[in-house]
Amino acid sequence: MSIRAEALTYIYNEGTALEQKALDNVSFEIPDGQFVGLIGHTGSGKSTLIQHLNGLIKPTSGKIYYNGSDICGEGYRLKDLRSKVGLVFQYPEHQLFEVTVLADVCYGPRNLGLSEEEAAERARDALSLAGMKEKYWNQSPFDLSGGQKRRVAIAGVLAMQPEVLILDEPTAGLDPMGRDEILEQISRLHRQRGMTIILVSHSMEDVAEYADRLMVMNRGRLAFDGTPRQVFEHYRELEEIGLAAPQVTYLAYALREHGLDMRTDVTTVKEARDAILELAGMKGKR
Amino acid sequence: MGIIEAAGLVFDYIRRDENDNIESVDRALDHLDVQIEKGSFVAILGHNGSGKSTLAKHINAILCPTEGAVWVSGMDTREDDRIWEIRKRAGMVFQNPDNQIIGNVVEEDVGFGPENIGVPTDEIWKRVDESLEAVNMTAFRYKSPNKLSGGQKQRVAIAGVMAMRPECIILDEPTAMLDPTGRKEVIRTVRELNRKEGITVILITHYMEEVVHADRVIVMEGGRIAMDGTPRDIFSRVEELKSLRLDVPQVTELAYELRKAGLDVPEGILSQEELLECLLPVLSGGSGQSI
Repeated sequence: MSIRAEALTYIYNEGTALEQKALDNVSFEIPDGQFVGLIGHTGSGKSTLIQHLNGLIKPTSGKIYYNGSDICGEGYRLKDLRSKVGLVFQYPEHQLFEVTVLADVCYGPRNLGLSEEEAAERARDALSLAGMKEKYWNQSPFDLSGGQKRRVAIAGVLAMQPEVLILDEPTAGLDPMGRDEILEQISRLHRQRGMTIILVSHSMEDVAEYADRLMVMNRGRLAFDGTPRQVFEHYRELEEIGLAAPQVTYLAYALREHGLDMRTDVTTVKEARDAILELAGMKGKR
Repeated sequence: MGIIEAAGLVFDYIRRDENDNIESVDRALDHLDVQIEKGSFVAILGHNGSGKSTLAKHINAILCPTEGAVWVSGMDTREDDRIWEIRKRAGMVFQNPDNQIIGNVVEEDVGFGPENIGVPTDEIWKRVDESLEAVNMTAFRYKSPNKLSGGQKQRVAIAGVMAMRPECIILDEPTAMLDPTGRKEVIRTVRELNRKEGITVILITHYMEEVVHADRVIVMEGGRIAMDGTPRDIFSRVEELKSLRLDVPQVTELAYELRKAGLDVPEGILSQEELLECLLPVLSGGSGQSI
């Protein structure tokens, strides 16, 4: 069971003067239950790519298979795909519209043809999963804080009970704690429900902390694909394509350049701390 | 008196029902006093809902105080006939570049502000030239803003503010939607405007790494000022910041963790270079002893 892309190419405005190749021969496979960080500078093709994964855009050429079936094949029901592959857009709170939080989250499941009762059941479940306390359920979503609104919007997608959750910069504009809370919640969905997660992010620190695998897009191509440690080793090349490595990775390289026997494959504060303490001969102090 | 001054500033968001009866009152600013020195670079931190943006909107008279007052270059923002003068002095840049750009060509967009206030044509072009130069976007002047990256668009938005010849620029999370390079470009531009042109900068952000170069950091909580000091003062108080839903830059956090583990690292480390400098003697000596 997986998402598989084969030689995916997408051209905007094909055959006109404005023709632009947004995806160029991209192939990959994402197995069930993986936590993927998708990074790349603005305009590198990330958003185009994720819109292919739930059939919002059809490839100019190439194929996408979801659990072995060609999603562009004849007779494939895209509606089913869209309930299995949930997509949370940037600033999803702009899409809230209902009178109460609960009603907003019910909208999706009700559209699947579920009864009022079943839809409400799913909505309650999704709101709990997204970390929304019950006291907010009957409030207007417009009275909530930015971070809470975003949770409601994510709950709206979770209520569809997706197997794969794709989030496009879910933490943009949130304060540091709000950022951590949302990412923790996503990580919990991954750990406890085995949900496949694809996280689009501009924060190298966040993807280093949470993702098992990083896919790096540049000019419509997959430039790097590996574990965060493997990918951030290429920090110089990443800078050339508008990205960077986490701050601690730079520090590790700087220590090494000064002749210390420092590991350079550190990508999080915890890894860096442990490596430096080890270097200082303070292993036992952890 | 500073270029910006607020005294006893209170602002309530008031919600009314269909019959105009007050439904609820949310106090966003609660008797806030602050003075900002001309030519300084001030960063404002605070969690979502702490009052940062409400304060920013008072500085160029988008909002008017419920109680208390705000003065910009000595002008009271409550006086209607001073509003346009105040907005010329204090320009604002917002989070989403796409909401701020209106011209079809970069230079047109930058000239829009001065044109609107009736600046003579020759003078408009002079200002457009200088503003684009100041944000290092001259090479893009005949391009369509649609073709620019997020960081470039924000620099065009900043040039648009610069063309009004402001004394002060307020940036409300200008990098929230940008990739790492875009973020660096915008912050570098803002620092240069501050240093070279002497523009007073007020930067609101959720990225802690962006404030380490500020002269002063103000942390807001519940519509008041909770902390106020240099970046080094503020980032030495790691636990306090975390209790205010904030964070510290990654290297500051690492230094703090190492210090907690018993390594000889001072408080309030702000940059990779500083941490490197502290660690080199410790680690070289340390490994020598353990062998």
